[in-house]
Amino acid sequence: MARQITMMQAINEALEQAMDKDENVFLIGEDQSGGATVEHLEEENEDAFGGVFGVTSGLMGKFGRERVMDTPIAENGYMGTAVGAAATGLRPVVELMFNDFIGYCLDTILTQGSKMRYMFGGKAKVPLTIRTTHGAGAGAAAQHSGSYYGLFGAIPGVKVVVPSNAYDAKGLLLSAIEEDNMVVFSEDKTLLGTKEVVPEDYYKVEIGKAKVKREGTDITIVTIGKMLYVALDLAEKLEKESVSVEVIDLMTVSPWDQDTVIESIKKTGRLAIIDEANPHNNTATDIASVIGDKAFDYLDGPIKCICAPDTPVPFASNLEQLYLPNVDRVMDTASEIIEDLKQ
Amino acid sequence: MKKINKERAKWILQKMEDIRHFEAAAKKLFAAGDIPGFVHLYAGEEAIATGVCAHLSENDSITSTHRGHGHCIAKGCDLKGMMAEILGRKTGLCKGKGGSMHIADIDKGMLGANGIVGGGITLATGAGLRNQYLKTKDVAVCFFGDGASNEGSFHEGLNLASIWKLPVVFINENNMYGEGTPHQYASSTETISERAVAYDMPGETIDGKDVVAVYEAAGKAIDRARKGNGPTLIECLTYRDHGHFEGDEQKYKAREGKEKELADRNSVDEFKDYALKEKLLSKKDIENINKQSEEDVQEAIDFAENSSIPEPESLYEDVFAE
Repeated sequence: MARQITMMQAINEALEQAMDKDENVFLIGEDQSGGATVEHLEEENEDAFGGVFGVTSGLMGKFGRERVMDTPIAENGYMGTAVGAAATGLRPVVELMFNDFIGYCLDTILTQGSKMRYMFGGKAKVPLTIRTTHGAGAGAAAQHSGSYYGLFGAIPGVKVVVPSNAYDAKGLLLSAIEEDNMVVFSEDKTLLGTKEVVPEDYYKVEIGKAKVKREGTDITIVTIGKMLYVALDLAEKLEKESVSVEVIDLMTVSPWDQDTVIESIKKTGRLAIIDEANPHNNTATDIASVIGDKAFDYLDGPIKCICAPDTPVPFASNLEQLYLPNVDRVMDTASEIIEDLKQ
Repeated sequence: MKKINKERAKWILQKMEDIRHFEAAAKKLFAAGDIPGFVHLYAGEEAIATGVCAHLSENDSITSTHRGHGHCIAKGCDLKGMMAEILGRKTGLCKGKGGSMHIADIDKGMLGANGIVGGGITLATGAGLRNQYLKTKDVAVCFFGDGASNEGSFHEGLNLASIWKLPVVFINENNMYGEGTPHQYASSTETISERAVAYDMPGETIDGKDVVAVYEAAGKAIDRARKGNGPTLIECLTYRDHGHFEGDEQKYKAREGKEKELADRNSVDEFKDYALKEKLLSKKDIENINKQSEEDVQEAIDFAENSSIPEPESLYEDVFAE
């Protein structure tokens, strides 16, 4: 039977293979080697932490602390340092523990790294991968649960990928590290433990390409990250009502794959987008706007955006469940669409 | 550290004169409406960029500030490409995409003027990390102003450079004003160099109007960095002769006491006197250097003015590396 590993293991394996392949690849961030930075405690603490979710655990033992660098809790400091190191020829992989901490280090992403190539007339390269986590559902409340991939996606010069499973996570991360551009690689913290068949070899999944995960003829649902699973559940339910759903996993949030989405709409004539981000100025609204502009003639009904509410992420479990787009909430929208289909 | 010999003295005066002439030309072109956007002039502070960069090669990196022309020139950037850049021409160092505030030439180790106060501090730390990682003897120098010393990036950048003993030299240009706010108001400490204690690195305040003093202090710090002994903070006391930007009326300036004393000094003339006294340069040398610099800057202006503006298609180019 083919090997199944978690998304966390897949990301760890991708980092290991990227570091094996290219000596200029190194990891930098908080708790990357987890206490092993203290001399004489290297061996004891080798696998102690590995980032807050343990994703980089064990890599310090193989590559040493020169390549698995712990930093103080200083997001602006290490993000800027990584940009400077990338612009001068290294290939850093930074871990920003939670994407909610972006406020501390946005300057070095938004006004330094992302603009260097353009401002410097094409001379600079900033091959920097920023691994971060997003997503509600872990009871981490407002300052550790937001989904800000759309915010990164609004920055020219930055690519943003959001994998939904271990296979794509490994392949997309290897692509990101090989990119000569800044790539934000956003991991849904609630997916890190999910398993998938993942080959042991070094393989890449193309950045900028979406995947049709389920074919259908009545409606296209575009999803980001774990929203894929909400859409797949919904598709099962609707199949029983003789509604055929096509589900697209966007995978790259910026630049997103317009061709695949438009081709699907040509077939189905309807579009809904499920995005866990807050409802305004996010990836879903961007897709709706572009499709309204470029594919209006193929549409047989209004585009539906299903997002989180316009609130921070709440703590109490029942509220957090209300916050997340789920099958019940999606069903409401689906019912509207079904009514529309029947007419 | 090599002492200032004849050849080095020539280089230093040449760069100082280039900065003076380039900035005078920029002032004129801006007043004539030929330069879009903002221009922040460096003339008057040239002893710092020149005294520091005299120790650097193209393999060493620098980061710069809003006031970046002087650092560019001292780091060896092409005057023609620079002038074309600030006039927004396609032959500019950054193809007309950066302008005065973002002028850069990575090939020369010039990682950019910076439109963000304190923006270069962590970038220089990153360039220092690269040097250590690749086990080179290269150093990274961060030029930053007194205003930047109150940004969070100053704390984070110096702390990281110190814990990792990176080959970075932090050159603070204390020109007494961060935009329109005096340093004495904005800073919790009288000197910026005393903050080095907090980062366990050497810190000193020197006369930033004296290119020889800058040369010597920077030389020591750069040697220390190359030997793997870690970063240094040097505060160079100087004066911002010009407004924060061109057109700034500077009503906030006091122009008395220490401020007047610094404002009345001329670093270029002081260096000429020194070089004559030490017999490093003759009067003839000085005349020739001045003449050469005038010609070079005029050539840069002619080149820039005769260059085309960028092609419309270039708007979309260089967002991503292919």
